[in-house]
Amino acid sequence: MKSLKAFLACGTLLAFANVAQAAQCEVTHWWTSGGEAAAVAEFAKAFESKTNHKWLDGAIAGGGGTARPVFISRITGGDPMCATQFNHGRQAEELVEAGLMRDFTELAAKENWAEIVRPRSLLDGCTVDGKVYCVPINIHSWQWLWLSHKAFEDAGVPVPKTWDEFVAAAPALEKAGKIPLAMGGQPWQTSGAFNVLIPAIAGKDIYLKVYQDKDAEVAAGPEMAKVFQAADAARKMAAKSNVQDWNQATNLVITGQAGGQIMGDWAQGEFQVAGQVAGKDYSCLPGLGVNELISVGGDAFYFPVSKDPEVTAAQDALASVMLAPDTQVNFNLKKGSVPVRGDVDLNAANDCMKKGLEILAKGNTVPDPPRLNTEDTNTQLNDLFVEFFKTPSMTPEEAQKRYAEIIASAD
Amino acid sequence: MATKAAGRPNQLFRNLNAKIASIPMIFTALVVFVGGTTWTIVYSFTNSKLLPRLRFVGLDQYERLWSTPKWLVSIENLLIYGILSLVFSVIIGFILAALLDQKIRFENTFRTIILYPFALSFIVTGLVWQWMLNPDFGVQQVVRNLGWESFTFNPLYDQRIVIYGILIAGLWQGTGLVMCLMLAGLRGIDEDIWKAARIDGIPMWKTYLFIVIPMMRPVFITTLVIIASGIVRLYDLVVAQTSGGPGIASEVPAKYVYDSMFLAQNLGQGFAASTMMLLTVAIVVVPWAYLEFGGRAKRG
Repeated sequence: MKSLKAFLACGTLLAFANVAQAAQCEVTHWWTSGGEAAAVAEFAKAFESKTNHKWLDGAIAGGGGTARPVFISRITGGDPMCATQFNHGRQAEELVEAGLMRDFTELAAKENWAEIVRPRSLLDGCTVDGKVYCVPINIHSWQWLWLSHKAFEDAGVPVPKTWDEFVAAAPALEKAGKIPLAMGGQPWQTSGAFNVLIPAIAGKDIYLKVYQDKDAEVAAGPEMAKVFQAADAARKMAAKSNVQDWNQATNLVITGQAGGQIMGDWAQGEFQVAGQVAGKDYSCLPGLGVNELISVGGDAFYFPVSKDPEVTAAQDALASVMLAPDTQVNFNLKKGSVPVRGDVDLNAANDCMKKGLEILAKGNTVPDPPRLNTEDTNTQLNDLFVEFFKTPSMTPEEAQKRYAEIIASAD
Repeated sequence: MATKAAGRPNQLFRNLNAKIASIPMIFTALVVFVGGTTWTIVYSFTNSKLLPRLRFVGLDQYERLWSTPKWLVSIENLLIYGILSLVFSVIIGFILAALLDQKIRFENTFRTIILYPFALSFIVTGLVWQWMLNPDFGVQQVVRNLGWESFTFNPLYDQRIVIYGILIAGLWQGTGLVMCLMLAGLRGIDEDIWKAARIDGIPMWKTYLFIVIPMMRPVFITTLVIIASGIVRLYDLVVAQTSGGPGIASEVPAKYVYDSMFLAQNLGQGFAASTMMLLTVAIVVVPWAYLEFGGRAKRG
């Protein structure tokens, strides 16, 4: 049935290719910060110049937590958009299983995605039962500590090279009236920072045992206890941070009001928009400078099944445009992420991005939590860590006990 | 007349027009309200994730619900917010109405000013008060600029009192409506009662407390129902002001339902939570409705 549908879709595609019908393609995403908006504009530009379809921007502010429920209700409610962003992995798992997403296996075979997309695991994140359902467009990693040179100069201490040095410099920063660690109040930011601390403090094996094997004993064990101690130090350093959004927190680092921030490489886009230079105005420490390891996750576009052949044609065109070499470079340079193609020219990349590329080439990677956990588990973790970070009276031991319970009940 | 002569008409066809006219409403009530509620309750016993599916897991969802700290915090917050907002909005609303009822000048102007916040949505109210209570821009900073350097008032960033910060915004928005309802009730009291009370030498506050308020019973009941329904669905105000923070200190049940259903992609858990909300409302409303309407048949 599905192959029949795909066949029909291709037939209509061929039929319409000559007539050159233009369709409006509504693309929904949650990219609204300065760097993100600049990046997504590259997609729109490429799409409209290379094809005769129209890009209809459907940005939803407030981050993935706000946007995903909207996407899902629109798709399940029978009002699908043309294309929509998700983080690849388990977020759209059930939508794919329910047959609400288009199968792109044929286009993937035609354009040889299996060869050009690297690392391979990215395309695996899009694959369900051997069929490709999404287009990976970038590689994002969480394991970065961004440091403001100005803040450390004002405090009279050298810019740290590792997490431990950073923690040691915190009192000096506080004395100079700085917030040592900027941290937004949204739940995903706190749990994200914690997930960064795991491989940095306890190592890759522990990370995989907890999230991949869901080993509750390891989650309750002494190695993880160290991570919780580090998180305890982090929350003390972030106690005075009164902002909500991640880019407001990044802005504290850019303006030198805060010493540093643990945030994914998308923060780089903000530094770029602010005209800052890596290595001169700010530093980045992958893996918190302790364990140079990055998680491979990122954004992917999914295309809901549409009855309108024009929209289907636009979807095919958009999928090709998104993976085209020049679009990949332009988009990712603005976004601060790494292209999914290994065969593109990245001379324009800055210091931080090059560091990321090197680690990627060495293969020091782990899968991203969204690929290992269901959204249910991730939300439980978010709730736990936002409570932990904002409740000084909650002990690390108590938090670890609840953490182990969540891991034990995860599927 | 002809049918009457022919004997007792069939009960089913009496008032046929009215019955046909009410079919859509009966249909809506049955399908949308009763049907939807039943559906939700049934699926709350399943392990539905992003999409509903009938795989029963017994009381698992409820067990998880009542062992989740976020839900317990939500219930506690709703209780605090509910009781305080009920008490304060009725008291403040009544006092404002009584003051306006003193035949003052510019009554229209005052009434409009006090009712105006009600014209704003909860989202706007929440955003306005988020700024007002922000320690760097709002009330705290204004007072500090006036010279009181150590003044601290930042409820939205303090876990222990954050729910009161939300209460302030809720009262600001809702009191105007209560005042108007009360004012209408006060205007409905016969002038002669006031005259009689004055002749008997009863002080004004006693007249209000022991004569006017008991006479305004229907108005109070209307007000209670309106406020109470607003309390249970408290959601947008919290989202706009704190989005549940700091930590999980200002979570409310409606937000828990939304978060589990759409954010966590766990419909079963959301349904279990909304069933508990329905149960809570039923526990409050059923006995009250029984007393209010059930007893009437005997009295009448």
